[in-house]
Amino acid sequence: MPATEKELAETIRRISGVDTRKCMKCGKCSGTCPAFGEMDIHPHKFVSMVEKGEIDELMQSKSLWTCLSCFACVERCPRNVEPARLIEAVRLAVIRRQGENYLKADQIPELLDEKLPQQAITSAFRKYSK
Amino acid sequence: MKFSYYPGCTLKTKAKDLDAYGRRAAEALGITLEELPEWQCCGAVYPMAKDEIATKLSSVRALVSARDLGNDLVTLCSACHHVIKRVNGDMQNDENIRTKANNYLQLETPYAGETKVIHYLEMLRDVVGFDELKKKVVNPLKGRKIGAYYGCMLLRPSKEMQFDNPENPTIIEDFIKAIGATPVLYPFRNECCGGYVTLSKKELAQKKADVILESAMEQGAEELITACPLCMYNLDANSTAHKLPVHYFTELLAEALGVK
Ligand code: SF4
Ligand code: SF4
Repeated sequence: MPATEKELAETIRRISGVDTRKCMKCGKCSGTCPAFGEMDIHPHKFVSMVEKGEIDELMQSKSLWTCLSCFACVERCPRNVEPARLIEAVRLAVIRRQGENYLKADQIPELLDEKLPQQAITSAFRKYSK
Repeated sequence: MKFSYYPGCTLKTKAKDLDAYGRRAAEALGITLEELPEWQCCGAVYPMAKDEIATKLSSVRALVSARDLGNDLVTLCSACHHVIKRVNGDMQNDENIRTKANNYLQLETPYAGETKVIHYLEMLRDVVGFDELKKKVVNPLKGRKIGAYYGCMLLRPSKEMQFDNPENPTIIEDFIKAIGATPVLYPFRNECCGGYVTLSKKELAQKKADVILESAMEQGAEELITACPLCMYNLDANSTAHKLPVHYFTELLAEALGVK
């Protein structure tokens, strides 16, 4: 049986280690986010949606695949909320489901070029595949 | 002075220069970098989730290996440094991760984060000292206007990385001065180059890299230096902005020390 939204919210809180109640909704995380323009749900919204348990919608968010894991939101949050950890936890909730990998090995050859460092492939796999 | 050294996968392949110049320069500075035996890939990104254990084990193995050799561990790639340093922090501070990793590895002596992890740049600043480095420079890079590109991985989260002031770092500018060149400050030196999304969202990474290059050029930088192969790729090969030459900092170090 797939997990209910409530169970998923529990999992997200547990594996992220984030206490969403610390957020004072200042928006600084979103203001500093370099992927802001490519996101449908912004970092501060992630925090409040996890708080409210709205995980199904977050799991559909394109922000999961545009967050750069640059840790700007983590560094600059005045309340030490660490929004990037929530985005990672939701991303994991998606790719840990069977058949839900965002990046598959057979896509790799066409994405390669002569100079691309191995690091790019390894890190994309870590982020997008289980 | 002897250290264990963790090169990482990319320094064995697409970023051989970062490694080779780094080793040569260390030797010229009287430092022995001993590559760890049988190290494994760190995975290139730090697994943030509290229940990710297996993905942290390769870093723990490297850390244990350095401890058993009785050495501090020097890293060079920004991403390896980020991953290994943060996993080490987990082994010190997160009891659940520490217990599970130790249960899995069944070490003779359990590991609790004893190894000191330092980046090559920290080694230059804190072990060699920039004043000493300056004295060893035989070929000062006079007149070169160089922008330091810090990126994300070395600086953030500063609470864990403790590398430098995350918003106003100085270590790479001090390095640039020590090798006789002129550092150029620009606002985007600690903003993200797009990192790993370059594989699946090339244009997003391109946009991020272009902003950095434009920012550096506007302030008069004529070249950039980095410690990260992926930053190098994004800034150099992937960007569409008017190009600036991008070098690994170890290349300039080797040049200044006359061992290039
Ligand atoms: S880690 Fe992700 S969400 Fe946070 S600032 Fe960077 S790109 Fe934005
Ligand atoms: S910066 Fe921190 S406190 Fe402000 S909205 Fe974002 S998560 Fe909440």
